[in-house]
Amino acid sequence: MPDRPPLGKLKIFLGYAAGVGKTYQMLEEAQAAKRDGIDVVIGYFEPHGRKDTIAKTEGLELVPRRKIDYRGGLFEEMDADAILRRHPELCVVDEFPHTNVPGSDRLKRWQDVQVLLDAGIDVLTTMNIQHLESLNDQIWNITGIRVRETIPDWVMQQADQVVMVDLTPRALLNRLTRGVVYSREKAEKALENFFQESTLVVLRELALRQTAHEVEIRQVDYDAPGFDPEPGYRDEADQPSENADRILILVTPEPATAMLIRRGKRVADYLHADCFAVAVSREIDLHDMPARDREMIEHHLNFARNLHIETRVLQGQDVARTLVEFAHLNGVTHLFLARPQPSQWPALSRRSLVQQVVHLARDMQVTIAADRANRQQPQVGSGAGL
Amino acid sequence: MPSAIRRRSPEELLEQIQAEEDYERRGRLKVFLGYASGVGKSFRMLDEGRRRSERGQDVVVGAIQPKTTPEIEAVLSKLEVIPLRQVDGVYVMDTAAILKRHPSVCLVDGLAYDNPPGSAHASRWEDVNELLDAGISVITSVNIQYIDDLRERVQRVTGKIVTQTVPRSFLNSADEIVIVDAPPEMCIAKDGQAGAGSGPEQKLSELREIALLLAADVVDKQLEAYLHRNGIAQTFGAQERILVCITPRANAAPMIASGKRNADRFHGDLTVAYVRQAEISATDQEALERNLAIARAAQARIEILDGQDPIETLLKFAHDHGVTQIFVGHSTREQWWERFTGTPLDRLIRGANDIDVRVFPH
Repeated sequence: MPDRPPLGKLKIFLGYAAGVGKTYQMLEEAQAAKRDGIDVVIGYFEPHGRKDTIAKTEGLELVPRRKIDYRGGLFEEMDADAILRRHPELCVVDEFPHTNVPGSDRLKRWQDVQVLLDAGIDVLTTMNIQHLESLNDQIWNITGIRVRETIPDWVMQQADQVVMVDLTPRALLNRLTRGVVYSREKAEKALENFFQESTLVVLRELALRQTAHEVEIRQVDYDAPGFDPEPGYRDEADQPSENADRILILVTPEPATAMLIRRGKRVADYLHADCFAVAVSREIDLHDMPARDREMIEHHLNFARNLHIETRVLQGQDVARTLVEFAHLNGVTHLFLARPQPSQWPALSRRSLVQQVVHLARDMQVTIAADRANRQQPQVGSGAGL
Repeated sequence: MPSAIRRRSPEELLEQIQAEEDYERRGRLKVFLGYASGVGKSFRMLDEGRRRSERGQDVVVGAIQPKTTPEIEAVLSKLEVIPLRQVDGVYVMDTAAILKRHPSVCLVDGLAYDNPPGSAHASRWEDVNELLDAGISVITSVNIQYIDDLRERVQRVTGKIVTQTVPRSFLNSADEIVIVDAPPEMCIAKDGQAGAGSGPEQKLSELREIALLLAADVVDKQLEAYLHRNGIAQTFGAQERILVCITPRANAAPMIASGKRNADRFHGDLTVAYVRQAEISATDQEALERNLAIARAAQARIEILDGQDPIETLLKFAHDHGVTQIFVGHSTREQWWERFTGTPLDRLIRGANDIDVRVFPH
């Protein structure tokens, strides 16, 4: 996917749970745009039976959904082609992180939106903080739910605007008990699980901090030539990037690698650092590895590339030495390694990989990333209703 | 949820009961926080009042700013308004009249307003405090430029000097705080006044960031209070908390500098900890003082910890305080026996589990 900014402008209404009012606020803005004479359509809207929200669609043109046959069921998805033909100035697309049913042109709704943006159509959309890829493990840790539908961080970074739709957890819980958000039965279940007040408070804080971060990265770049800030205006964090960080992530077949990649990328984004990921193999192209390991490594490298991390497979007999040599050659300042699995703690007189790397990487920082897995509530959810 | 119930002392339990009783008696405070005029704080506040009133709550308007929009007028017409008093030509909220009327909810716009000399309270937020004490819940709105500890930062951005303030502690005491977020161009469009000068959008965007982070901090305090009230130890959080571990001989400067940079970038929290060693030489004591001075200069919180085993002590502190990243120095000189017992670093990594460990070479 090219990194050049798309032609259309994307605005994301960011919330932290179902029912905070993202869709409502998005539709309000669509209505205001229509009043201003802008050509607006609704590309996708999920009514969830909420009366106030449905009322807000009144008078807005709805592009019919596409019906897709899958395993004997009929599914409805946004019809990106129809929207392209209609070519409005502004299109409203609910539930940005949605995964399309198999048989659709694209896997994800955010990819459909990308197509609309590339065609010069502005898009308003909604999502919850839970769906941001780099927070996936933290969300799992906090809620016990592994969210499957994620938005890569770079997609959010490309958005022209991110606006936080805020509602206090108490007000949200009131809405739930009054049955505004879900039907009563579903509400009771939601209250038991996901909608615990302390969980909501943490999610809300994450959303506030993320929005602040999104605001910050859109501000004028102080490091850019020609920018002359007022004296006393910069703080230390804004020093030009002479000691810029470069982060290198070691990819292995271990499942913890996915967690490591997300964390490394998040730290890199916050530090405005470059980020690479490498795997080390004795033979070129991983040929020496068992098929399963090779598959896992390919999978992890692919995952890293999807997050816009540059990847490489290095050839070398000694993993630690090969990694550190590559790091030295490429001006890496910071290595990211996964925690050793319990079985890999050093046997007598043998050093662990972590130890070896720490010993070799004398002028680099080495981070051993936490295991943010949630042990209390091992469960998997689609996360669609969050 | 990864949380643990702590056993509490009788004093703590008493304190908790007292806190709960006070909490029950007092009115609830809800604050709509905005970063500029024109974001729609007043409207959100009044609209919430209208919805509550429609649901049968006894709501009155205690104070509204003089300049209103047609939108605001429309909502106001549906609510009971207690008129402002005029004192020497200045409009003041009529706190006595509100207390007498004693609604269950009172809407108070412009929390930061000063009262004229001779009033019972110098500032409107103190009037609000009195309403809360009387068991009246208050919904109010305020612009971040009036929060006392943000005033200087906001002034640097806007160049405008404000004299009225609301203490941060009052804001922290709010039961609910809502950020009214909107992209800068909306404020410029509505307000009109921001059009002057260079880069109004840039300024507004900085104010917006300050407001979002303030709300996040207040929310964080509320979470702490909530967990404390319910006797739950905090083991997760939304905020990055960095713990830099130092010893007398540690090369502390780069670790603390990096900790500071990371904390700033993540808008997180920085603590520098030292585990007290029983007997240290005068040279080491001096070196330690130097390292602690570096920590103070970086405005880190400093913790001197006591414990038999430094690694255990640091890990316990980190887990108790929701630390997300531990920074440690590592000497490349290894003792021969550590090949067999594992180095302190191994033990730290093994025990850290759900905390990142960042190792700095020495």
